[in-house]
Amino acid sequence: MRASSSERRPDDGAFEALSLRNGAAVSLGDVPDMNFDSFARWIAGSVRTGCRIAAFFAVARGRLEHRVENNGTHFLYAVLADDATGLLTVARAPVSGKYPSMARAVPALHLFERVIYEKNGILPEGHPWLKPARFENPSGPAAGDMDFYRVDGDEVHEVSVGPIHAGVIECGHFRFQCLGEEVLHLEISLGYHHRGVEKLLAGLSPARIPSLVEVTAGDSTAAHTWACCALLESLTDTPVPPRGHYIRALALELERLACHTGDVGAIAGDVGFLPTSAFCGRLRGDWLNMSAMLCGSRFSRGLLRPGGTNFDVNTILAREMAKKMETILRDVRGATHLIWDSPSVMARLTGIGALTKADAVALGLVGPASRACGLSPDARRSHPLPGLPAPPALCTADTGDVNARTKVRCDEIAASASFCLDALRDLPEGEYRFRPDADETLPLAPERLAAVLIEGWRGEVCHVALTDKGGGLAAYAVVDPSFHNWAGLALAMRGQQISDFPLCNKSFNLSYCGHDL
Amino acid sequence: MLEIFLERLRQGARTGTFPDALPDLPARFRGRPFIDAERCPAAAGDGCRCCLEVCPAHAIYREEDGLSLDMGLCSFCGECARACPKGAIIFTVDWRLASTVREALIVRPARYCAPSLPGGGLPASHGLPGGTDGRRYVLPESPITPVTARDRSLARSFRLRQVTAAGCGACEADLNVLTTLVYDMGRFGIDFVASPRHADAIALTGPVSRNMRQALEDCRAAMPSPSCVIAVGACAISGGLFRDPAASVALSAGIQEGAPPHMPVDLFIPGCPPHPCTTLDALLRFLGKKTPPLD
Ligand code: SF4
Repeated sequence: MRASSSERRPDDGAFEALSLRNGAAVSLGDVPDMNFDSFARWIAGSVRTGCRIAAFFAVARGRLEHRVENNGTHFLYAVLADDATGLLTVARAPVSGKYPSMARAVPALHLFERVIYEKNGILPEGHPWLKPARFENPSGPAAGDMDFYRVDGDEVHEVSVGPIHAGVIECGHFRFQCLGEEVLHLEISLGYHHRGVEKLLAGLSPARIPSLVEVTAGDSTAAHTWACCALLESLTDTPVPPRGHYIRALALELERLACHTGDVGAIAGDVGFLPTSAFCGRLRGDWLNMSAMLCGSRFSRGLLRPGGTNFDVNTILAREMAKKMETILRDVRGATHLIWDSPSVMARLTGIGALTKADAVALGLVGPASRACGLSPDARRSHPLPGLPAPPALCTADTGDVNARTKVRCDEIAASASFCLDALRDLPEGEYRFRPDADETLPLAPERLAAVLIEGWRGEVCHVALTDKGGGLAAYAVVDPSFHNWAGLALAMRGQQISDFPLCNKSFNLSYCGHDL
Repeated sequence: MLEIFLERLRQGARTGTFPDALPDLPARFRGRPFIDAERCPAAAGDGCRCCLEVCPAHAIYREEDGLSLDMGLCSFCGECARACPKGAIIFTVDWRLASTVREALIVRPARYCAPSLPGGGLPASHGLPGGTDGRRYVLPESPITPVTARDRSLARSFRLRQVTAAGCGACEADLNVLTTLVYDMGRFGIDFVASPRHADAIALTGPVSRNMRQALEDCRAAMPSPSCVIAVGACAISGGLFRDPAASVALSAGIQEGAPPHMPVDLFIPGCPPHPCTTLDALLRFLGKKTPPLD
């Protein structure tokens, strides 16, 4: 779990960012201090050569008193993911009060900059359109109270939806600018679910962190909890036995299977194709019940904890789960096969809500939404944690529309299921959770930065933690895949019929609370 | 078309047997906890704090006569059962957790009594201490006063407006599942509706963030009376993991402690999230319908 040496990128000037493996911790003193210009050039240059922004956040100087000659009230930290090398790179720059916005050069930063402005009060000068991201400040504007992009004209009308939606779903506000049925622009205003998770996490004792992380984005419990466990493990040097790794991977894939199956059903429902919708509604529950077989909770609550897992899969359970899985898989295949066989469904999915590959790159999309545009980000493959079996096959499509997103999800169901069947068969012998000799929780290493990427069903979940001199948490940053992808949904709606919004929305199915934290 | 028909035959009829029969819950399901007064060191006046210290939700606290575990705060993680040196906290697979009385969600130490019928009662949750000792539990159901005592007309048509006030999505997902063919809540006359004007009750989830307060108020105000509030999940009941009971305030400035004080809750459904059977059992009993007895 040690970091590799610093790396020089000759094409981008003479500055070095620190590289680390996924799940590793590095000493804060080793994180290079760049002046802002070098920092901005490093980010832009890295993104040009294919890196993604995994996390970008500010930490107040007072929290961390390591050596710096530069003055400044805060440090901006950037963690970039390089899929080609499988490494994360990190650097920081001191800032006071403001910095020149990088969002025009690197559009994927636009929301990060808004969040930092809102949270830390640091102004990104020249940001294309600075407005609240989560309406975090009690003294600031009320949720949804901001300038919306508006199209004027005799025939233009505005449709406003939410915060409470018609269905049983989380809350958010959408504004559509429409010309007749056609959507000229959609703006999404979130923040209704802001609970202050990052701040709470930084104030909790490490033993209580996993429980709160479990409720950060409820349908991605395994992904988020795995990320936080891996962070805590690298900060405390806690090993995870191989069996624990396998069980975690099983939980993660079961979550993916449930959500993909449910969403394919919902997509079918949104085009009025009831057989698949009805079958998948049931089958999604069957996958959730498999998580409950594993740990008693349909949402993997209480399963992942630092050092491994709380529950074992013994031979009998493994056999039972495999058997059940084969039955469910057969039914899911039967249910999803119908949509690919029905020209009326295909006609409704094809060409709807298309995103180009270039847009997906610029916005920094992740997960199936990105893989449906012909890109291949998948942290399971590019940034594997040690000790895991070979990841499920990569599933991509290239038309970037609802059809492609549906196809990627259907393919991933097959890939994940076969991964799970293999994992159940090949479960390594031995312990499933490392237990320290004493009951004491291990102390966090002081002055460290640790970063983890986990590929959840929506895309990569990134957690970053910084510890201070005394081994307390100085900052905890959470980036849910939805944070990257909401802008993708807005863009996908351009030029579409407003009546196709539910369909487009379902094909992304983003998390409100994952964004709002 | 033929393919659709054949697939329908292959998939078969899948409506679950609950509530006509006992639900088919996984062996590791964690339902109603039981604190064994004979084993609990704290109940015996000892200063033991093992469970209090591990509970992430601060759901266990000390009272004069021993410990209390508040299901209205509990996330059912099972850590307390693991931490107890005497194995005094046992999670059973009893899914019947809901009550119309907040106080009834508090579990206090009790003496074990075996079911009167052979094969009666419910086993303890596997994978936790007590899971394999073969005991079976008959625990008292928390009381539910049917809303139909107030208004008969609700018995045959009960419409819910679900409001997610910063819920994480899990409670919402397991409410949604009640409309699938497995639980088919519609056959009991219960349904979700889009408009608060058509609703008899708010099904509230989430700890109620500052940013959702106004929308929640607006929704409530738009409902015709009589109407009620159903708090689904630990967050809506008490703020759950977001609440700090020691200070009796929400941990985060962005959060209030579940349903606001001026929105009295008529039905509490504990869990994180509540299992669909827990919710269905609660709603049916709330409408004065029968659910399967245990003993
Ligand atoms: S099961 Fe409930 S009471 Fe026990 S430790 Fe977990 S949250 Fe606390």
